[in-house]
Amino acid sequence: MLLSMEHLNKEYPNGKLAVDDFNLQVDRGEFICFIGTSGSGKTTTMRMINRMLNQTSGTIKINGKDISKMDPVKLRRSIGYVIQNVGLMPHMTIQENIEIVPKLLGWSKEKRAKQAVKMIDLAQLPQEMLNRYPGELSGGQQQRIGVVRALAADQDIILMDEPFGALDPITRESLQELVKRLQEDLGKTFIFVTHDMDEALHLATRVVIMSHGKQVQVDTPNNILRHPANEFVTNLIGEERLIRAQPNILSVSQIMLKNPVAITPDKTLDDAIDLMHSRRVDTLLVTNAEGVLEGYVDLDDINRITDATTPVSRFTNREVFYVQASSLISDTVDRILKQGVKNVPVVDAKKHLVGIVTRTALVDIVYDALRGAPATDEEPASPINADIHAAATHEGGESSQ
Amino acid sequence: MKDMGLFSQLIYYFTHNGMYVLNQFNLTFLVSIYGVLFGAIVGIPIGIWISQNRKLSPIIIGIANVIQTIPSLAMLSILMLGLGLGQNTVIATVFLYSLLPIIKNTYTGMLSVDPDVLDAGKGMGMTRFQVMKTIRIPLSLSVIIAGIRNALVLGIGITVIGSFIGSGGLGDIIVRGTNATNGGAIILAGALPTALMAIITDLVLSFIEKRLMPKTSSEN
Repeated sequence: MLLSMEHLNKEYPNGKLAVDDFNLQVDRGEFICFIGTSGSGKTTTMRMINRMLNQTSGTIKINGKDISKMDPVKLRRSIGYVIQNVGLMPHMTIQENIEIVPKLLGWSKEKRAKQAVKMIDLAQLPQEMLNRYPGELSGGQQQRIGVVRALAADQDIILMDEPFGALDPITRESLQELVKRLQEDLGKTFIFVTHDMDEALHLATRVVIMSHGKQVQVDTPNNILRHPANEFVTNLIGEERLIRAQPNILSVSQIMLKNPVAITPDKTLDDAIDLMHSRRVDTLLVTNAEGVLEGYVDLDDINRITDATTPVSRFTNREVFYVQASSLISDTVDRILKQGVKNVPVVDAKKHLVGIVTRTALVDIVYDALRGAPATDEEPASPINADIHAAATHEGGESSQ
Repeated sequence: MKDMGLFSQLIYYFTHNGMYVLNQFNLTFLVSIYGVLFGAIVGIPIGIWISQNRKLSPIIIGIANVIQTIPSLAMLSILMLGLGLGQNTVIATVFLYSLLPIIKNTYTGMLSVDPDVLDAGKGMGMTRFQVMKTIRIPLSLSVIIAGIRNALVLGIGITVIGSFIGSGGLGDIIVRGTNATNGGAIILAGALPTALMAIITDLVLSFIEKRLMPKTSSEN
């Protein structure tokens, strides 16, 4: 574990608890985003990592070493630090700015100069800029320098406090790409404080959601979108974003109706008609005794048969289109909609029937994702849906697993 | 002499007492410089100190303000009681008067440094001393020099008055002029070099101030 924070508390002299029992284990190469409303303690927590603030209780360890026993000055030189308002020294050239930490560490002049060139290349800025002063650069260029300055002494951990908050959206995006690249290519570990949810979801490998000094949820962006821990998280993410993200994060199993109406092949036509009638559906899925999907029977097919004792297996339509429960909706939605069927059986990895997806439910999700507006579906959107819904919530099919 | 105009009288005075005037000029200048130098030696650290302990700043600046409100002649007389006649008393007075502009400017200069830059410096692992040396002082030096410049111009005025308590200098010439009948030319012979000194000092220091302004552009 590169960085481990255990039971961190920070209490201000006025008794206000800024950080309340914060726990986090960070692996090398992770990109951790702290997100929360202002006053949630996210910046306070970050600043305890390089001892710009000291915790009231709890321990922070870097590579297993307790930082409270380290010299804060040495500690800070080993951790990159980027702040929102860049903080480049206005009276130093870009080169001098980049060389600050290497110089503090006593690197030779040649080594420093070489590193400065390397860093400005990393920032994708022309080398001539090394001789310029920060005031002559645009805000985005300054922050690029700010970011690579934090890497100049080959620091493993980079702390960033809302680094792109003051930039316009286009510049912000290009800087996000820069830090993402640094994390992925150089294996740097980032602790990134932001209040921009898009930024957090885009960059982070894990997001720490904070409120009033407490961790509300710590998880990967996908899991947070999929299972927001509570209403606060839902609100922070925003209804819009959750809906837009649905096709990309929802799996088929999450939108399917469980307990579909199914029948085994050894039953007779009569049984099938009775079941259809009692459950008010026009198709039955056929599964064998183990619940493996074999096909389906349709009301139209049944109409043509006169002998009431014909076993179901005789008129089972075996060319059935089905989807895997674990697949993502975004991957399957096209296929399902193009088939033009009303509903699609859902199976697990062993082809056991586990549920059914209605065309209406899918269309709803696609529209919501396009429009970004929440669906107003207190009631199921169509009669078919209503039928299936009713059927599914009934006591359940015979072969449901 | 009487039939000469004021201007010719002045020229006459300078040609006959040139070296004397120059000596007095140097004397006045040195007394002022010494006073301000001591003021800087004491005032700059105090200014830095109160910028770190902001609670103290109203007290310290208040004291310096009170000193400033005392008329210089009164201050000279008060100090004379303790230090006696002569240049030391004047140097002490100049010192006291130069404290306010120097402390105030140092304090303002220190506080005018962008807190983000200081935070970045500390966060990157600079010690307090390194922050002071590489960030705070370079970025506030021009403001500090502006304070010294004010103090020096003020100090020259006080040194001239100091001749009342026997410190000599250009003030002596002015006093002699006021005592003589029709001494206008003599007064001018003392006053003009004084004014010249103040103006030149001001210009030179403002030049230095500009030079010390941190370079923030690669052009020129």
